[in-house]
Amino acid sequence: MATFMMHMLVCGGTGCRASASDVLYENLKKEIKEQGLQDDVQVVTTGCFGFCEKGPIVKVIPDNTFYVSVEPADAKEIVAEHAVKGRRVKRLLYVDPVNKEQIADSKGMGFYKKQIRIALRNCGLIDPENIEEYLAADGYEAMGKVLAEMTPEEAIQEMVDSGLRGRGGGGFPTGIKWQIASKVAGDQKYVVCNADEGDPGAFMDRSILEGDPHSVLEAMVINGYCIGATKGLIYIRAEYPLAIKRLKIAIDQAREYGLLGTDILGSGFDFDIEIRYGAGAFVCGEETALIHSMEGERGEPTFKPPFPAQSGYLGKPTNVNNVETFANVPVIYNKGAKWFASIGTEKSKGTKVFALAGKINNVGLIEVPMGITLREVIFEIGGGIKDGKNFKAVQTGGPSGGCLTEKHLDTPIDFDNLIDAGSMMGSGGMIVMDEDDCMVAVAKFYLDFTVEESCGKCSPCRIGNKRLYELLEKIAQGKADKEDLDNLRNLSMVIRDTSLCGLGQTSPNPVLSTMDNFMDEYIAHVEKDNCPAGVCKDLIRYEIIPENCVGCTACARNCPVNCIAGERKQLHTIDQSLCIKCGACLEKCKFNAVAII
Amino acid sequence: MIKLTIDNRTVEVEKGTTIYHAAKKLDIDIPTLCYMNLGDLKIEHKPGGCRVCVVEVEGRRNLAPACATECADGMVVQTHSIRVMNARKTVLELILSDHPFDCLICAKSGQCDLQDMAIKMGVRSIPYQGEKSTYKPDFSPAIIRDMDKCIMCRRCETMCNDFQTVGVLSGVNRGFEAVVAPAFERDLDHSECTYCGQCVAVCPTGALTEVDHTTQLVRDLADPEKKVVVQTAPAVRAALGEAFGMEPGTLVTGKMVAALRRLGFDYVFDTDFAADLTIMEEGAELLDRLTRFLEGDKQVKLPMLTSCCPGWVNFFEYHFPDMRDIPSTARSPQQMFGSIAKTYFADTIDTRRDELVVVSVMPCVAKKYECTRDEFKVDGNPDVDYSVSTRELAMLIKRLNMDFNTLPEEDFDKPMGESTGAAVIFGTTGGVIEAAVRTAYEVHTGKTLEKVDFEQLRGIDGIRSASVDFDGTEIKIGIAHGLGHARTLLDDIKAGRSDYHAIEIMACPGGCVGGGGQPLHHGNPDVIKARQKAIYKEDSGKAIRKSHENPDIIKLYEQFLGSPMSEKAHQLLHTHYFDKKRKEVLLD
Amino acid sequence: MTKIKSLADLRKKKEDLQAKIALREKSDSPEGRVLVKVAMATCGIASGSKDVMEYIADELNKRNIDAIVSQTGCMGYCYAEPTIEVTLPGKEPVVYGDVDVKKADEIIEKYIRNQELVDGIIPVNYQTIENNKEE
Ligand SMILES: Cc1cc2nc3c(=O)[nH]c(=O)nc-3n(C[C@H](O)[C@H](O)[C@H](O)COP(=O)(O)O)c2cc1C
Ligand code: SF4
Ligand code: SF4
Ligand code: SF4
Ligand code: SF4
Ligand code: SF4
Ligand code: FES
Ligand code: FES
Repeated sequence: MATFMMHMLVCGGTGCRASASDVLYENLKKEIKEQGLQDDVQVVTTGCFGFCEKGPIVKVIPDNTFYVSVEPADAKEIVAEHAVKGRRVKRLLYVDPVNKEQIADSKGMGFYKKQIRIALRNCGLIDPENIEEYLAADGYEAMGKVLAEMTPEEAIQEMVDSGLRGRGGGGFPTGIKWQIASKVAGDQKYVVCNADEGDPGAFMDRSILEGDPHSVLEAMVINGYCIGATKGLIYIRAEYPLAIKRLKIAIDQAREYGLLGTDILGSGFDFDIEIRYGAGAFVCGEETALIHSMEGERGEPTFKPPFPAQSGYLGKPTNVNNVETFANVPVIYNKGAKWFASIGTEKSKGTKVFALAGKINNVGLIEVPMGITLREVIFEIGGGIKDGKNFKAVQTGGPSGGCLTEKHLDTPIDFDNLIDAGSMMGSGGMIVMDEDDCMVAVAKFYLDFTVEESCGKCSPCRIGNKRLYELLEKIAQGKADKEDLDNLRNLSMVIRDTSLCGLGQTSPNPVLSTMDNFMDEYIAHVEKDNCPAGVCKDLIRYEIIPENCVGCTACARNCPVNCIAGERKQLHTIDQSLCIKCGACLEKCKFNAVAII
Repeated sequence: MIKLTIDNRTVEVEKGTTIYHAAKKLDIDIPTLCYMNLGDLKIEHKPGGCRVCVVEVEGRRNLAPACATECADGMVVQTHSIRVMNARKTVLELILSDHPFDCLICAKSGQCDLQDMAIKMGVRSIPYQGEKSTYKPDFSPAIIRDMDKCIMCRRCETMCNDFQTVGVLSGVNRGFEAVVAPAFERDLDHSECTYCGQCVAVCPTGALTEVDHTTQLVRDLADPEKKVVVQTAPAVRAALGEAFGMEPGTLVTGKMVAALRRLGFDYVFDTDFAADLTIMEEGAELLDRLTRFLEGDKQVKLPMLTSCCPGWVNFFEYHFPDMRDIPSTARSPQQMFGSIAKTYFADTIDTRRDELVVVSVMPCVAKKYECTRDEFKVDGNPDVDYSVSTRELAMLIKRLNMDFNTLPEEDFDKPMGESTGAAVIFGTTGGVIEAAVRTAYEVHTGKTLEKVDFEQLRGIDGIRSASVDFDGTEIKIGIAHGLGHARTLLDDIKAGRSDYHAIEIMACPGGCVGGGGQPLHHGNPDVIKARQKAIYKEDSGKAIRKSHENPDIIKLYEQFLGSPMSEKAHQLLHTHYFDKKRKEVLLD
Repeated sequence: MTKIKSLADLRKKKEDLQAKIALREKSDSPEGRVLVKVAMATCGIASGSKDVMEYIADELNKRNIDAIVSQTGCMGYCYAEPTIEVTLPGKEPVVYGDVDVKKADEIIEKYIRNQELVDGIIPVNYQTIENNKEE
């Protein structure tokens, strides 16, 4: 086997693929061959590097050169310069958003500096479609060890000791969950991997499945062995074609290598895995709804108990874990529960993957140790707020989470602290907002999502969220009074208190947390008919400032409803009765003559 | 046993008991809307969806639904704390905020669980106003769906899917748009609905109601050109009293007749008369099949299934069309009555069939549909013009300001008012087959029954079986009520696992006493059992208890029909069945 | 493909495969490892640096020395090609010129293993492209 001197890792995640990283890969291979370097330089497709926004990513090993926004046409130069001459292609290097310096080595990037990659350990490192690379990276070692050397009880104890908590949102201790499922008697048990991932903007599970599918399969086998299940099901949304493709390849390869199937590694233990497809409803990620959906029933939650461990898929004991939870499992056995428990905070061990987004410089997928502060995440990893604006809030936990503010920036992130602060970990969405964001509009945005995604089974969620949304709309239109604010709060509390499943129980969080932290903004909308951030359309006006207007006509030419009048070199005016508040004039005016009033 | 504290009082309950039931033990009433428990009928519905039953459980973050939360040792529960009351009222206000304020003209008004709750909670205004759901009302021949009034309790789904296994109704769409509807949001008439009406029977609101014929009826009664004949089904008399505050199980046969007369019907007859006729035909058919079978005829279809329940007929036409040669071809009593009334009786009073209006009072919703079937019309004129439910009759009586309680007891008119005890028990599960056995036994053996009560055929279990000794020949009988139970028996027949000779099937829980047109039982299964008891009481009080001994029936055969299964009988009293599965395919 | 039948099988398989990705895993955590950069520009390849690089990589592997071997552009010492730059953990980089296979062997044994300096060091104030980048 050839030992390559240089590896070019080309991101093959969904994000980078969307910008033709697959073509780039082919081009690189072709160029390498043309230079006769095919025995020296290996070109590999890997999973996501987490830096999708600047994709496609190419990382060159061993010097760790991190190329961003690489186009297929850049292949020639990369090979000619970097592979042949050993010179980095500077124009493709990442530029630090703060000090505008080019950074060559990915380890020098703030984005990666504070990350610890456990669940994402193989993403951007190995070829997810090649089981041999996974095997080379300690793959299936944990499974082998557990099957050969540990009793189910010992293996479960290791999980308990590691302190791993579910990454799907609830944060339930995984070891305890396995323990419960192992103790329930059942002729057939099931292991289910929850890959529904419905949070808007979340893609951690997708990235893991695309970048390291075998780690999830391996963990599921271990889980099966621990609880006495021989069947595994992966419930994945059909909108994840690449993840599905790679999972299928991985399952086939694992079967071929005898790592799935009967008598795995001569242990006498049988386990196999099937894929089930979800229609992509958010609520189908809730475990009971997920199980009903797999059974062919309407995907709506049912009251717990019974928990899936008692009566799950087809009424059999079922253990449901999230993709990221599973991805942590093999490492825990390889490096030990103690090692894992040494990372993180007292009650939240290990790391968490977040999808960092919003008004931030480095958007992407990050994995950080529990206990890191929001400040570190936003200002170091995230590179601070875009365009030098001011930080206003950060929404964690997706639509079920809350908005945290300046005063929470130094709170160590873990399951319990986030809840105490009025938000939650959720599956790991993290959206940063700046001074231009209106918190009423933010709450409305999330409610819009929940209203759409509620299953409609229970009254508070089905009707209550709709009414919450309507109240927020009323506020955003400046039509609300103070009593509406009281109603908004009472309704939020009742929905939280009375809803059947986690969706309704958390849906008012964006409202409550914005009310708690930004009451002044709500009051401004209600009492002064004013949207301080200048977002709520009904409360703002675009006006032309006479002192600044030079009569360039740019605004008038770009107004879609032609409501701006004015001769060349004359003062222009906006007819407010016709203006649809699209903001085109503001955008086009080069003289700062259009303002939001 | 589990010990817990509810509202500062301790109570001991068995493991698995819910907070709702534990509270009940202490006479603490926790309001419910979606919860439904039909006890012996083995129907428990606890989706935990409405959330009006929430209570506070110490140590829990959220409020817990009392109907679905199991008690645990040491639990401390507050059922009416301020937090609970506020939440409960807010939830109710939310439900009402998406509900039309139609109480004044709503068919359910006065018997509506939602209305009751609004009164109880003292709702005076709805702080949460907003968009309301609007759906196109769905009018079928028997049932009206007005989903604007649906509160998503999903009881109808449980009846239709779990109990009846018809599977017409299910939750569709998400969020605020979620609603219960037939697949692809078709209307009921284009679904596989059997019109059993069990969804109507449990719907707490006016979302599901029967088609109303009382307006038409009043018009017909007022029309001097028309002769209006009424027939009343056996189960009606065992339930009608409930609408006037009487105990469930009170028999009101005489008062009912008096009321009908005062309503202005020209003839007050009894469907029981036709039930006796049904036994003559169905019994003869059974004996015919049995005799041929015992003689070794391999072609003969056994078991024979009863055919007097139109819900059941619809069911096998949709779900088991390939087995439609097994049920008896005898028409239901309602239809036998209609066809005799518009021929034999019309002749006796010298009236044309189109001048005669035949109205039935039925415990049933499916009967409304049954009388619209084309095969029961002559030149477009139906044998039974329309059918009103027990509930509609009660409404009419109230509307005419009659004091039902003080009405005298009166007798049915002749000739179609004469009936036997065998006919009465048609109203309960097991009754039709018991009536058939009484006649078939005597006809087959030529002996007189010592004891006409066949206790082994009675009861409330969903599927029952018994054997009756026909003088040395053992006849195996199966009984099912509820279409889910019927399905089990049919699957057995299909798979060749069935050794029954005859099977009685009724679509409704308990048979017609639990029919979809009866006064609402509001989730109390004891009501159905009490009606059943009343039916057997009426039977045992009858002078004649075997159909073939009904003198007017004997006369009818002598003067008009000849003998059971005669050609005339076939033409007027028998029918044929359709493969509705195919119709369904053609429609799409 | 034959099935993996036991844990021992699995481990053997892994050993066989490990080299495939070793370079990537190592480069991810270079602390504590020896870095060897071989000048591999056109002048380097012409003067045989490719052979040298392969030799060094193989030998380090064989001798169980945890090191990362990579190539770099022309170091500007064409007169002394092939050149290699060796960085021992915690030390300043040292550049050797005119490295052939024999010389490489000596560097590995003496400098890398025992930290004894070897002849052929190109005197200070050298520049690699790394330091060059701000020009
Ligand atoms: C509305 C709702 C949506 C959810 N969506 C997901 C999801 O997309 N993925 C997931 O893993 N868990 C989701 N969950 C959590 C699951 O119910 C369940 O707790 C989780 O899969 C358990 O795995 P874990 O213990 O590994 O976190 C959701 C929960 C709720 C209430
Ligand atoms: S809370 Fe919402 S999503 Fe959950 S069961 Fe109720 S209606 Fe469905
Ligand atoms: S369903 Fe009930 S609450 Fe609604 S309009 Fe009818 S009677 Fe009134
Ligand atoms: S009438 Fe019967 S079959 Fe039809 S929808 Fe209602 S429950 Fe289902
Ligand atoms: S139609 Fe009636 S029974 Fe069915 S869900 Fe709606 S309110 Fe409940
Ligand atoms: S059981 Fe009786 S009430 Fe029910 S559908 Fe049949 S005939 Fe009608
Ligand atoms: S998809 Fe390429 S970095 Fe995420
Ligand atoms: S009665 Fe308990 S939730 Fe409806």
